[in-house]
Amino acid sequence: MSNHPRNMRTYEEEINNFKWEISCKELGYNEGDVINIGEYCSDRICRMGKADKLALIWEGHSGEEKRYTFNDLRQLSNTIAHFVRGLGINPGDRVCLFMDKVPELYIGFLGVLKSGAIVQPLFSAFGSESLLTRLDDAKTTAIFTQKKHLPKVRNILKDLPSLKHIIIVDDDASKPLRECEVAFHMDTAERIDHFDVYPSKAETPSVLHYTSGTTGKPKGAQHVHYSIISQYITAKYVLDIQDDDIYWCTADPGWVTGTSYGIIGAWSNGVTQCVLDAGFKAETWYKFIEKHKITVWYSAPTAIRALMKEGNEIIKKFDLSSLRHLASVGEPLNAEAVIWSKEVFGLYFLDTFWQTETGCIVVSNYPEMKVKPGSMGKPFPGITATVVDLNTHVPIEKKGVVGMIALKPGWPSMIRTYWNNEVTYKGKFKNGWYLCGDRASIDEDGYFWFVGRDDDVINTGGHLVGPFEIESALLEHPLVAESAVVGKPDPVNMEVVKAFITLKPGTVPDKMLELEIMNFVRKKLSALAMPQEIEFVDSLPKTRSGKIMRRVLRAKEWGEEIGDISTLENDM
Amino acid sequence: MSALKDAILKYVKNEYIEEGDDREVTYETPLISGGIVDSFSMVSLKVFLETTYKIQIPDAKASPEAFDSVNNIAVLLKEFGIE
Repeated sequence: MSNHPRNMRTYEEEINNFKWEISCKELGYNEGDVINIGEYCSDRICRMGKADKLALIWEGHSGEEKRYTFNDLRQLSNTIAHFVRGLGINPGDRVCLFMDKVPELYIGFLGVLKSGAIVQPLFSAFGSESLLTRLDDAKTTAIFTQKKHLPKVRNILKDLPSLKHIIIVDDDASKPLRECEVAFHMDTAERIDHFDVYPSKAETPSVLHYTSGTTGKPKGAQHVHYSIISQYITAKYVLDIQDDDIYWCTADPGWVTGTSYGIIGAWSNGVTQCVLDAGFKAETWYKFIEKHKITVWYSAPTAIRALMKEGNEIIKKFDLSSLRHLASVGEPLNAEAVIWSKEVFGLYFLDTFWQTETGCIVVSNYPEMKVKPGSMGKPFPGITATVVDLNTHVPIEKKGVVGMIALKPGWPSMIRTYWNNEVTYKGKFKNGWYLCGDRASIDEDGYFWFVGRDDDVINTGGHLVGPFEIESALLEHPLVAESAVVGKPDPVNMEVVKAFITLKPGTVPDKMLELEIMNFVRKKLSALAMPQEIEFVDSLPKTRSGKIMRRVLRAKEWGEEIGDISTLENDM
Repeated sequence: MSALKDAILKYVKNEYIEEGDDREVTYETPLISGGIVDSFSMVSLKVFLETTYKIQIPDAKASPEAFDSVNNIAVLLKEFGIE
């Protein structure tokens, strides 16, 4: 373990002195300047003299490896931007990246932004219906994908009149491509050394990430190029990434952590990062850390708990002494996991809290701050955070009282709207605060303690899943009459999806039907949305007006008080 | 044994490989670490095995390692007397 001086001074010093202008200055940004995330993460780093420094070390599931320098990033993102522009895609058009964690995804992200288009990364495990919902809402013009995911795109193309280009990054010409489809091979394409990067300004839209809510369709959280001001400095201070670090963010860029800190945070700091494009396996992960001498590791509680489950013996087989800083995001990190990491790695996993909408870490534990295992930590300097009363939305002064986490709007990476959904966006603000939708309390030392979601959204393995979307998919199954979906406690994923289902008359439930329904949802939406458990019931709890009371079912799963059921229509 | 492996392989191909996706999947292909079956989908694979072979696989035995290939699954099923 190295003894790096930390990027961040003590928390108290930063709280008293921090200004976002520090980040602007370090990045060389002045108000009114052109600011393009793609350019800031590649060309700017080359101009700093790091053109030959490794930017990306990529490893596939069978051990194949690719390496790219910052000059490669610069040229290849130029190449992609040139290609996008050549297709006639205009600034502001939405371009989706629907790929596994391959280099084309990471470099394509920069390239699309350089072209001036809005980049829309989507989780490659999404099924056709999840994909359709998000592409239709964004009226996406083009999609980059891989051969293996092409069938899902083809399935829905007829329902997407706006989708004009399907770009396949690994086509091998074994089968003819169809209309709208074009092959593009990043590594062998003619490199473009000079490209006129789109002159985006601070408020130019950049990234569109979809996030689930309790009701309705997923919402497109729209970010702007100015978000890099937050992502750069939070990566530097909270993740403590430094010039000689080898950084590994395990998140998939289909979700916001994978872009804010899996692309922008690392590369705007000019740091080498590693990517492992493989499913979870403890041995593979430890081997990856050992092989690449990872120093800073940003992961998720679900992964950490899965590693815990594999035991401590396996860790002894590997030399993990390169690790010097660990952080976690996605859901609250339980105290046991924090203590375990100290025991086996000699380092605490520092919990960080933020959301798709915040674009950057907003409440966190810091390298030079006392760790209270199980706590979310304290607000990032520059962020004003509190908890507010659930009804009045007035900040709660009394320590230890649970309220809703609320942030004072105005930090650089805050979303600017939900795509096509300004009403819902405005509804997130009450009494001058942005409401996160999560409940917490603050202790006498100013540490935040997570309590739970304030809505029906399910946080499974750090991913938010909307019950409405799953219930809608379930209703499309020919034998399902009604359904209600809630989160159920799970030792690894915090919550998993559980569905309560009533069947159509005459249908007898059995395990085969349970399996059939599971796979039905998985293929339509995604594995995340697939109920991990199905309970067939005779009826669902409803209000007298016929609305299904999910909270009654949820309370039963969590062993909580059911609360007021005076409006309940039927006995369960 | 190969009939058992073929049945599992057929299920994996039908359920976890998209129609039109021509990746080759064999008895040895890494399913979990290869990204064909993710950790969430493992539950459906477990339910398939339990339902088809009328067994109960304890959670402790349903590890990513045990499910990582058709060959590994066959070894796991052998513990339950299924061959």
